Amino acid sequence: MTVPVTIRIQEADFDLAAETSAMTKDRTDIGAVVSFTGLCRGVEGDDTVTALTLEHYPGMAEEEIQRHADEAVERWPITALTIIHRVGRLVPGDNIVLVLAASAHRQAAFAAAEFLMDYLKANAPFWKREERSGESRWVEAHSRDDAAMARWSKD
Amino acid sequence: MKVKYFAWVRERIGVDEETVEPPPAVTTIAELIGWLAARGDGYALAFDKPGVIRAAIDRAHVSAETPIQGAREVAFFPPMTGG
Repeated sequence: MTVPVTIRIQEADFDLAAETSAMTKDRTDIGAVVSFTGLCRGVEGDDTVTALTLEHYPGMAEEEIQRHADEAVERWPITALTIIHRVGRLVPGDNIVLVLAASAHRQAAFAAAEFLMDYLKANAPFWKREERSGESRWVEAHSRDDAAMARWSKD
Repeated sequence: MKVKYFAWVRERIGVDEETVEPPPAVTTIAELIGWLAARGDGYALAFDKPGVIRAAIDRAHVSAETPIQGAREVAFFPPMTGG
């Protein structure tokens, strides 16, 4: 059976319950759904973040996420995947990203969700601009995100 | 070839994409960065630390040494910060 993979990059919000229901509807082979939701945080160290604006590379982002979703399906016994990434201006408390990974058992679902999130943080073509203390600046990449992605390397 | 810019690279250069025709001597991503950087102050600022710039050819990540021959779309951007 082909594993259903849903990938969306959108400005609109998403609903975790609705996405989970859509994924599991009419399925009896799913025993585990692991979900990760990334939210816009209003606190960064001692600073208050008032907004985040997300930009992406249209076309490349979808293709790259698809490729990594295919890799996840190849590496673990996954039975469904949903990946939604928002773009545009978001404020604290807003959803940014959703990864849902379904499998017969939890281990594969946890691993695939973590692999896909590590990829999205470190290598997917998205960029964040942060507004804090009345100033706006691009968020710098963290080496910890590269390290998190590197541990999945098969080399 | 079409060149696309994202995030602060786009802001410094002032356009999100353009069509350029580099001379034949420009054969790699690193050489293309050097050639673009000489086009004006915004370009020079965008590429003042070439080591931090990431590149893609036809929507696939590439390194500075990658040849650009045959590329339809080259993109330049800072390290990614999604998720």
